[in-house]
Amino acid sequence: MGQQILNAIFIGSIYALFAVGYTLVFGVLDILNLAHSAVFMLGAAVTYSLVVNYEQSFWVACIGGILASALMGLVIEHVCLRPLRRRHAPPIAALISPIGLALVIVAAVEQGKPGSLAGWLWKDGANSVAFPPGAIPNPTWHVGDITLEASKVAIIPIAIALMLLLGYVIRYTQVGRGLRAVAENARAARLMGLDVDRMISLTLVISSALGGLAGILFGVALSDISPYIGRDAVEVRGLAIIVLGGMGSVAGAVLGGYLLAMIELLAFVAAGSSARNGIAFAALFLMLVLRPQGLFGTRLRERI
Amino acid sequence: MDFFISLFSDPIGFWSSHSLLIGQIGINGIIATSMFLVLYSGQLSLAAPGFMAIGAYTTVLMSNHWHTPGVLNTVVAALLAGVLGLLVGLPVLRLRGVFLAIATIGFIEALRLGVILNVPFTGEGLGLSNTTGADPLGGINIILLSLIAVVFVIWRLTKGRLGNAWAAIRQDELAALSQGIHVARYKMIAFVMSALIAGYAGALESRLLFNIDPGDAQYGVTRAVQVLTFAVLGGSGFVLGPVVGALIVTLLPYIFGGAGPYINIVAGIFLIAVIIFRPQGIVGRGGLAIVRPSWWPRARVSAPSTE
Repeated sequence: MGQQILNAIFIGSIYALFAVGYTLVFGVLDILNLAHSAVFMLGAAVTYSLVVNYEQSFWVACIGGILASALMGLVIEHVCLRPLRRRHAPPIAALISPIGLALVIVAAVEQGKPGSLAGWLWKDGANSVAFPPGAIPNPTWHVGDITLEASKVAIIPIAIALMLLLGYVIRYTQVGRGLRAVAENARAARLMGLDVDRMISLTLVISSALGGLAGILFGVALSDISPYIGRDAVEVRGLAIIVLGGMGSVAGAVLGGYLLAMIELLAFVAAGSSARNGIAFAALFLMLVLRPQGLFGTRLRERI
Repeated sequence: MDFFISLFSDPIGFWSSHSLLIGQIGINGIIATSMFLVLYSGQLSLAAPGFMAIGAYTTVLMSNHWHTPGVLNTVVAALLAGVLGLLVGLPVLRLRGVFLAIATIGFIEALRLGVILNVPFTGEGLGLSNTTGADPLGGINIILLSLIAVVFVIWRLTKGRLGNAWAAIRQDELAALSQGIHVARYKMIAFVMSALIAGYAGALESRLLFNIDPGDAQYGVTRAVQVLTFAVLGGSGFVLGPVVGALIVTLLPYIFGGAGPYINIVAGIFLIAVIIFRPQGIVGRGGLAIVRPSWWPRARVSAPSTE
């Protein structure tokens, strides 16, 4: 049981890190970035590829994975979102264009086989792979009947430190003030001389870098990297988390991530593995019906 | 390209050799119409795959256990989906925009992962064999006739009193309320009708399949996103928009058949390009213009949205 609670905290940290990026984009832009789970997968895939196919050290590969994700954030903004803002498109259009990009990213990794067009990016096609043993420094300790692996334990301080840093940046720095101004009223922010497009690019870069890092940590801790980890592990859960925490609230997303991991653990203990996901989504449904502003949200936004 | 050449050179051969594809296009058209109905009344609901699952499982269970005729099964399935739509709509329709979308995703995933995967008589993860009810070839005519009937009925409705009320609610809910439109009632009518149509489409779809199982691409979020794509790509301001969207998205593997294994990459780029150059949808205002010359008088793109 102790081991299971510990695992729930690891996975909760990954959920939280993923959901923080999701909620940040929603908070600033009022758009659900449905390509976020593809960016999560891309971070893990690039890191794995750098370690195994290009024989880089793990730390270099991590930086490469995060940079690739951040770059993908810029692509999302410049290809999928900015042209639509320029055209005053209906908000629902901005839900669909990132889906197209996610399709491209997943298909590119999926088709990455030796000799194919995307072979430089990924060589294992649709298979699920894991980092080879020894690639990651991973000391293991035993405390009572609990096993502590460094690769998992490290997730918790990394996630918490990054989220505290993000909270500090948003609340106390000039950049953070700019982001909050754009979130509050983009038009007024532009009139005050803020470069709104730049702020939005920055939001997507931060969000995607966090999403990619969450993917790397997921790949390291769960030994499962495939083109589908984004879709299967975090896509819908991410939505559940940002709803639990209140849409657009960074602190809420963090707590929501841990909360969802705990709900899943309780459902698993109470009803077995097959009911786990169903119960998590039933909880999400009830949550939205009973308290749509989330556990920690104060006001309800109604825009897409 | 052979695909499209054969459509014109040998229409009868095309019909018989691609009947399953034509049936799938018809089904997707009907679901797209169900999506249109909720979008037209200003609700971003993604619940359609859930109601499809209800329709499909009801049909297959009835034909397997009671051996009732397919027509009766389909009617019961659609009605059951409608009733469930009412029950789900009661708590959910207080939500708007993206909150409604996420709540309906919660509904379809709770139904798929929580109920269908855990109740013994649905066959759990393996699904149900549908050898008694499946009729992939005979079902096509019914599917296409249903598509025409559903599109016609919805088109007439959007032109009438009901459609005006929906359009008013979509454009400004508060203003509609202040004009004496019973917003909650009209939204519920659209939601229940959409559930009914989705249940009917699910029941029809089960006739194309020899085995139904609770897969993500069938009754899960993947399907929901696909149906939303039909509606947005085709344009949600006119009934035929989502049907055209369904036609194009279903045919993408054939349109870009030359891309081989890279089909999803090409399809994704195509999707982004269409959305960026025609955010109001393929069938929408602005005629056939893709890119306006800079000297052309510009009008703001005003497609219906669920804002």
